[in-house]
Amino acid sequence: MNIIIVDERTNKTKTVAFNGKTVKDVLQTLKINQETVLVVRNNEVLTSNENLNDKDKIELLSVISGG
Amino acid sequence: MNCIHCSEKAVIELQHGALCKNHFLSHFEDRVFTTINRYKMLGPDDLICVATSGGKDSLTVLYLTQKYIKKHKYKNAAVFALAVDEGIENYREKTLQDLTKFCTEHNVPLTIVKSKDTFNKTLDETYQTITEKKNKKPCHVCGVWRRYLLNKTAKEMGATKIVTGHNLDDEAQAIMMNIFKANTSLAGRLGPVSGIKENEHFTSRVKPLYLCPEKEVRLYALLKGFQVHFAECPYSKEGYRHHIQEMLNNFEEQYKGTKQGIVRSFLAILPLLKEAQKEEKIINTCTLCGEATSKEICNACAMKEELMT
Repeated sequence: MNIIIVDERTNKTKTVAFNGKTVKDVLQTLKINQETVLVVRNNEVLTSNENLNDKDKIELLSVISGG
Repeated sequence: MNCIHCSEKAVIELQHGALCKNHFLSHFEDRVFTTINRYKMLGPDDLICVATSGGKDSLTVLYLTQKYIKKHKYKNAAVFALAVDEGIENYREKTLQDLTKFCTEHNVPLTIVKSKDTFNKTLDETYQTITEKKNKKPCHVCGVWRRYLLNKTAKEMGATKIVTGHNLDDEAQAIMMNIFKANTSLAGRLGPVSGIKENEHFTSRVKPLYLCPEKEVRLYALLKGFQVHFAECPYSKEGYRHHIQEMLNNFEEQYKGTKQGIVRSFLAILPLLKEAQKEEKIINTCTLCGEATSKEICNACAMKEELMT
């Protein structure tokens, strides 16, 4: 399936194709540590086992401050 | 995944189970207020200076300090926010905008002090000297400047406490940095209430978010609707801390509870570190500025002179 990713750090949007089902799967595909981001879909914070659907748009919010 | 206390959808998985928005907010606030109580961080007559940057940690701790005072009906206590502008272009002005907006909305007096007014240069202006001529990291200079200006300004404004937004991740990183560099004297200055000796030149520094993981602070700020724009300091990746942070996050992802374990182990030995250093450190006043130091000239003045040569 394809997921649209909006990255708060870079302020960029990209589409990622992956074979998994969940938030955890997509973070593993992107090689992003779960400790470093919050994942939000439609203004709702998602836990790692939440299932994603094709063409879902998710936002990655950085946990780590930039200072 | 649903909340362990109700049927609502969970927003976070903690070691003891998943929590929905409302139960997470209560859980987070309870932990902060319990930390304040356990370590006697705030009193009914305190004038509280909250060290702020406009990031998630400082806005959260500012909000919860105000809430704690209202909850306990501390009528003689007051809170003000203090920020240091180090002079880092395209970074600090963004976080200060968020901070100014927050303070206006929450009716908190805000003071901003500029490093340049005391040290004659912004961090940007002195970067080349720091890195090329003096072979130092900008984070080292920035840290010394910030601590100096916070302590000095808070004292001048009559504060009896300085509240900082240091969270569990910050503390775990600092503990490991000190261990890796064998800085036992610096380690003794850590802890939920900072400082080894009571001294008229120091205002007690307290950390209400001490036991809150950084991820939970970000979630709290998000769920409360605090406006926090992600802004990255251009120098942050040059610091030693950045590498420790990555290492600890990799451990935490694999072994849940790593950061809690580091901080709780440290808390068990902290009284011994503080006791040992009580004997060692003699506090003088800096011959140049009059601020407290263990040497003849304080770090901030020594650095100011060094960077001018």
